[in-house]
Amino acid sequence: MKLIATRDGFGDEIVELGKENKNIYVIDADIGKSCKTGKFVKALPEQHVNVGIAEQCAGGVAAGLATCGKIPFVVTYAAFGSMRMCEMIRQEICYPNLNVKVACSHGGLTPANDGASHQCIEDLGILSSIPNLTVIQPADYYAARKLVRAAAEVYGPVYLRFTRDAVPVIYSEDQEFIIGEAVQLREGRDVALIAIGDTVRLALEAAEALAAEGIGARVLDMHTLKPLDTQSVCAAVNDIGRIVTIEDHNIINGLGSAVSAVVAEMGKGIVRRIGVQDQFGQSAPYERLLAMNGITTENIIVKAKELQR
Amino acid sequence: MQEDKVTMLKRRANQLRRTAVTMIYEAQSGHPGGSLSAADMVAALYFSEMRIDPKNPQWEDRDRFVLSKGHVCPVQYAALAILGYFPEDVLHTLRKEGSILQGHPDMKKCPGIDISTGSLGQGFACAAGMALAGKRDGKDYRVFAILGDGECDEGEIWEAANVCQKYKLDNIIAFVDYNGLQLDGTTDEIMPEANLTERFAAFGFDTYDIDGNDMEQIVRVLDEIRGSKNGKPKMILARTVKGKGVSYMENQCDWHGKAPNDEQYAQAMKELDEEAAR
Repeated sequence: MKLIATRDGFGDEIVELGKENKNIYVIDADIGKSCKTGKFVKALPEQHVNVGIAEQCAGGVAAGLATCGKIPFVVTYAAFGSMRMCEMIRQEICYPNLNVKVACSHGGLTPANDGASHQCIEDLGILSSIPNLTVIQPADYYAARKLVRAAAEVYGPVYLRFTRDAVPVIYSEDQEFIIGEAVQLREGRDVALIAIGDTVRLALEAAEALAAEGIGARVLDMHTLKPLDTQSVCAAVNDIGRIVTIEDHNIINGLGSAVSAVVAEMGKGIVRRIGVQDQFGQSAPYERLLAMNGITTENIIVKAKELQR
Repeated sequence: MQEDKVTMLKRRANQLRRTAVTMIYEAQSGHPGGSLSAADMVAALYFSEMRIDPKNPQWEDRDRFVLSKGHVCPVQYAALAILGYFPEDVLHTLRKEGSILQGHPDMKKCPGIDISTGSLGQGFACAAGMALAGKRDGKDYRVFAILGDGECDEGEIWEAANVCQKYKLDNIIAFVDYNGLQLDGTTDEIMPEANLTERFAAFGFDTYDIDGNDMEQIVRVLDEIRGSKNGKPKMILARTVKGKGVSYMENQCDWHGKAPNDEQYAQAMKELDEEAAR
C-alpha cells in the first residue's frame, strides 16, 4: 500500500497551479519546509513571500495581495493559522470575502511528538463559525491535490487542513472531487460511517471488518466540513438512521457536531461521535494519541455495533 | 501656485471637518476626535496627492488608501462623497441600517474603500500586501496609509514594518496620526509611543516629522517624498491635535468616540464656519 502525506499533495499541486497562473502566490511564515512549499519557492520565487514568524501579518499581506488580483495561499501549521491568524482571517479575508486560501499542515494530533502546543484540535470548529469561509480536509494525497486545485479555482476564502504523517492512498489519481459534496466510498445499509481527513481510512478498515460480521457500512468521506453536504447526511439518516462520525479534532464543533445538528433538525436518526475527547494532547506517538481518544478502527466497530441493538 | 494649492487644501480640510462632525452628530455615534486630527492629511491625499479616478474606483493603476485607524472613516467618507464616488446625500446614512457607510470602512459596500478596516493593527499589513503586488507587477502606483498612534501598540504593525523593509517597499507611505490620545487616556499613560520616528527608522523607513495639522508642511513632505525610489518605505510622524478645529474637543480624550448634542453641534459648526471664513 502506497503511503504519502496530504501535505505532500499540497506541495506538489501548488507548484503546478503556480506555473499555470502567475497570480497564485504562496505566503510562508517560516515553516514552508514542513508545509512542503519548497518546490514552489524554488520554481516560482517571484510568486513567493516569506513574512517570517508573523502569522497575523501573513493574513494581512495576503488580503492586500488579493485586492490586487493575486490568489494567495497562506501556509503555516493549523494551530497558528487557525488561532494566531484567526482574527485576520475573519476581518481582512472573510468579511471582505477576499480570494485568499489558508493552507495548513499539521492539523489534528499529527504533530504528535511536538506535543499539545503544535497539535491542533480546535481549527475546524473555530473557522467553521466564520461566514464566507469554506473548510476542507482531504483524506489522502490525491484528494489533497484535487481539492487544492478546486480551492484555487473557486472564488473566495478557503481553509485547507493537511496532516503531517504519511497515510495510505485510498483514491485513484483520476478521482474527481467537488467542494461541498461528500464522496461515498462504500455502500451499506446498517450503519453510516462519516469521516474527515486521515480518519477516512479508519472508517474504511472498520467497514471491512464489519462486513465480515455481516454488518453493512456506508462510508462517506466528508472532505468539506463547510458547507456541509447536508444532502448526504439526510440520505444517511433516511436510508439507515444510524451514524458514526470520526474525526481527528475535538468532538466539540467539528464534524460530529455538524452532522448531529442536521440529524437533530430532522428529528430522527442517532449519532455516535468519535473524536478528541475535549482534552489537550501530549508528546506521544500519533497512534497512541488517537487510541487515548478512542479514534481507532476498533472503537468505530464497537460504536457501529452498539447502534445495531 | 503652491500657495493656491495649500489654500485650496485648507478649504477642503475644513469642509471634511464640517461634514464629518455633521455625520457623527446625525448618527449620534462615531469618532470625532480622530476624524478631526486626520482631516488635513486626508484632504491633502484625496484632493491633491493621490492618483485616483472616482469614476473608476477599481482602476488597477490607482494609488491605494488604507485607513488603518478605520474608526475615523467619516472624514474619508466625506472626501469620497465630495469626489463623487457616491452621492453626497448618502453621507446622512452613516451607521444606519442598510447604509454603505458602515461604522468602520467596508470595501464591499462602499466604493472607493480599498480594504475593510476597523480592527486596529491590521490595515498596515494589508497596505504592505498591496505595495508588494505593485512591485511584483511592475506598476508605479503608491499605497498611502494612515495609522493611529495608539494603533502602534499592536504587534502586527511592526510585523508589517518588517515586510516593508524586507521587500523594499518604497511605494508605501504611512502617516502616523500622532495626536497623543487613545481611548482610555494619553498614549503616555496607556503605552508610551515616544521615539516613533526612531523606531520606524530602525525598521528601515525614511522618516519625517511634521505638524500634521499644518497643510504647508503636509504638502511639502509629500513633495519631498514623491519621486523617492530608494528602496525605503516612508513614515511620516504627523503631530496633530485630537479634535482639531472644535475648541471643546481639542486634546480631550472624552471626544474619542462620542457624538455632540444639539448645542455642542451648533458650537462646532460655528467654529468651523468661522475658520472657513478666515
